[in-house]
Amino acid sequence: MKKHLNSLWALCAALFSGLIFGLGLILAGMANPAKVLGFLDITGAWDPSLALVMCGAITIGAIAFTIAKKRQVTFLGLNLHLPTAHKADIRLALGSILFGIGWGLSGICPGPALVLLGTGIAKGFYFASFMLLGMLIFAGLELWRSNKRR
Amino acid sequence: MIDWTNFTPWSALCGGILIGLAASLLILLNGKIAGISGILGGLLQAKKHDIAWRIMFILGLIASPMIWQAFAHLPAMSIDADNHLLAIAGVLVGVGTRYAAGCTSGHGVCGISRLSLRSIIATLLFMVTGFITVYLMRHGLGV
Repeated sequence: MKKHLNSLWALCAALFSGLIFGLGLILAGMANPAKVLGFLDITGAWDPSLALVMCGAITIGAIAFTIAKKRQVTFLGLNLHLPTAHKADIRLALGSILFGIGWGLSGICPGPALVLLGTGIAKGFYFASFMLLGMLIFAGLELWRSNKRR
Repeated sequence: MIDWTNFTPWSALCGGILIGLAASLLILLNGKIAGISGILGGLLQAKKHDIAWRIMFILGLIASPMIWQAFAHLPAMSIDADNHLLAIAGVLVGVGTRYAAGCTSGHGVCGISRLSLRSIIATLLFMVTGFITVYLMRHGLGV
């Protein structure tokens, strides 16, 4: 029998994964926007640390995804949802560019935004609120688009 | 020029390994991609039975600095941008990551780990745009 996505074990795994992810961001320095901007400032005093964050994460991730690709279900017996999109389209390109501008202006991407929210820093709450607003705008535009098509 | 005084190779590498482990847990146990913008944004458009795990993951992420503080002092986290800039940046990050269907975690970590061409293109685009934005802010516009 296939286990449910919301089984107690699956929910614990999701909570634990989020927690480890956040601790990793803090340890790596990704949750410090000033450090992220130091990494993005390649023509200034460049801090290459965050390139090593990517190396560490991708090395471990590559092993996990190699295992995942060979399996039908997860170790908890759930469906494996590997992305199916392959084409790079205009949405991907424009979205990435908009994100890159926002990231360069603030030094904050979505994961660190939530970690900063958890620290109770007022500016973290502020950024996360506007990020959520941006996601709501996207959800609204998608809804409008699908209604128009109908 | 490399800023050696702020270069922290070991904590960066170890932090990256933890991030990779977290992403591994989520794909191998829950069968989901650890993409923060997708998990959070998907919550706003979620279908039934697809909500609880997202909330748990996000709670874990938000709780992480509190758990850290229980054992050690949090490292410095400074946000230098003023509130107007943060508001604009926040909306751009929110809209942009949803249109791109991923951010630093979904495309940058998970996508590149899967050798997805789409994710490699997305990562190159947002990194280059980030480099250019910081260049213009710090060196190009004279501010």
